[in-house]
Amino acid sequence: MASQNLQSVPAELSPEEQEREAAGEAYFDRIISEDSRIEPRDWMPAAYRKTLLRQISQHAHSEIIGMQPEANWITRAPSLKRKSILMAKVQDEAGHGLYLYSAAETLGQSRDQMMEDLIAGKARYSSIFNYPTISWADMGAIGWLVDGAAICNQVPLCRASYGPYGRAMVRICKEESFHQRQGFEILLELSNGTPAQKQMAQDAVNRWYAPSLMMFGPPDDDSPNSKQSMAWNIKRFSNDELRSRFVGMMVEQVRVLGLTLPDKDIRFNEETKKWEHGPLDWNEFKEVLAGRGPCNSQRVERRREAHENGAWVREAAVAYARKQAQKENAA
Amino acid sequence: MSTQDTDFVIEGHGDISVGVHGAGASGDGSASATRITPGNALRPEDIALEISRGQVKPTEDVAEFALRVGDDGLILAQRLGHWISRAPELEEDIALGNIALDQLGHARSFLTYAGAAWGKSEDDLAYFRREHEFRSAHLFEQPNGDFAVTIARQFIVSFYQYELYTKLMESTDATIAAISAKAVKEVDYHRDHSAQWVLRLAGGTDESRARIIQGFKLVWPYVDELFEDDDLTTRLAEAGVTVQPSSLRAEFDRLTGNIMAEAELEIPGVPQALGGGRRGKHSEFLGYILAEMQVLAREHPGASW
Repeated sequence: MASQNLQSVPAELSPEEQEREAAGEAYFDRIISEDSRIEPRDWMPAAYRKTLLRQISQHAHSEIIGMQPEANWITRAPSLKRKSILMAKVQDEAGHGLYLYSAAETLGQSRDQMMEDLIAGKARYSSIFNYPTISWADMGAIGWLVDGAAICNQVPLCRASYGPYGRAMVRICKEESFHQRQGFEILLELSNGTPAQKQMAQDAVNRWYAPSLMMFGPPDDDSPNSKQSMAWNIKRFSNDELRSRFVGMMVEQVRVLGLTLPDKDIRFNEETKKWEHGPLDWNEFKEVLAGRGPCNSQRVERRREAHENGAWVREAAVAYARKQAQKENAA
Repeated sequence: MSTQDTDFVIEGHGDISVGVHGAGASGDGSASATRITPGNALRPEDIALEISRGQVKPTEDVAEFALRVGDDGLILAQRLGHWISRAPELEEDIALGNIALDQLGHARSFLTYAGAAWGKSEDDLAYFRREHEFRSAHLFEQPNGDFAVTIARQFIVSFYQYELYTKLMESTDATIAAISAKAVKEVDYHRDHSAQWVLRLAGGTDESRARIIQGFKLVWPYVDELFEDDDLTTRLAEAGVTVQPSSLRAEFDRLTGNIMAEAELEIPGVPQALGGGRRGKHSEFLGYILAEMQVLAREHPGASW
């Protein structure tokens, strides 16, 4: 049943309130069983709300922190066209962060609070952004592999049972498709360029391949939240299922690039009809997630710095708006 | 998309086919909100195409002028790009990013056109010229400082550019006129953005007011240079390609003065700097900007990206 994980209704509720709760729960269960949409004012189990808040805010944080590794190359982009595309891409990510924070706010948490949690190191974001972007080809590999993996994860989320989240994901996925193509195009150009450029592209693919596979999350037998999220129609496919599909697509595309994936164990299993890949270093994944990646401290520090340096600007905007409102009232 | 994936893709968005199976109906790149040039507006690529077909070629004077305007935009875009991921709020990451993108777009068009006079591409001009070959005015290379300095700089820039592009729409050079017609619409938005922030910062808190006053003090010395006439502008004004920069000053003063008055700010009584950017004489800042911008392209001369 969809809402079995719900904590029991507090005892102090009046009979009337209990009735409303029960009606809300019945409605929620029906919506989920019909694979329809829950909206912000609808009744929802506390654990459903909490799961969504965690997932959406983590996703928003990932967009915002994810701006940094790519912004790192805006000033050094090697052609004006690439500079312009990269700027637009990083700007899109700020936009994604905004829609997602807005979607999360419909669940009752303020953007300020989420930002505070991020800066305080209490909130998580996709651990892949804790790796450094050390060459221009990383802009290609991030677009192709990281955004590619993100799209595999996110397209099914367009059908997530929570309305504001699903709708935000529709727009995000459109833009991510563009991002993935521009990443592919960067790598294609490098691969067909000078030997040094091709080497740069291969090196970037080598470094980003395993972290991008780990973006799908831990293996299914080590992913405690997945089952409930699937029952609630938030998640549609398991981590391993999505990872396998992603590997299949990348195998095909890497040939077009004229590059290789750094994994000699990739194969299509005829029995299961699934793509398989070599072992991943889940210990490293956990280390990075726990804050011991190459750039964790740098990324959070940059966010803190921007947020704190901007405090006087936000305060000024609030004060100005208040004064304007007072003037209008007095007039 | 192979059939194996079809249950997994929602029609109309979000595929990662990258054209390997053909583009398909979903994930159309043109659906992105990041399209820099909506509709049929002029893009740098269109100008490059016209050049390659021999349809347009600027005179030496026009090219030199396009270089000035293009370099202003390029250097400012390079400065503004640094704000992305560092702005006071997400909305400003997006807004400053947008302004940077617009400036870069204008610069690409002007530089592409300028380059046609010498058989050079926009990238040849951006990445393989040295400091003294850049023609941007000093204002554009001034450091970002805090948000107030950036806004003060942007306020001056966008009111100046609005006046300039409005006049250039009437240019006898059709390409200059076309680039300016697109640019003026975008710069109008930049004017609004910076004017709103000047009002907010001046009328916000004591701290924000002190900072915007200081911001204007830092960038105001570079205003006069924007409106200086010289031999080139005199020749081009006679030919109807552009107007004398000095003729833009009165309207600039009037419009910025209105906002400054509303914000209860004084025009800073600071001495005007000597300038010289149009003749390739720059401040200490430009060298660092170029070092960062050009490093990768110069490591791989002749490479395409």
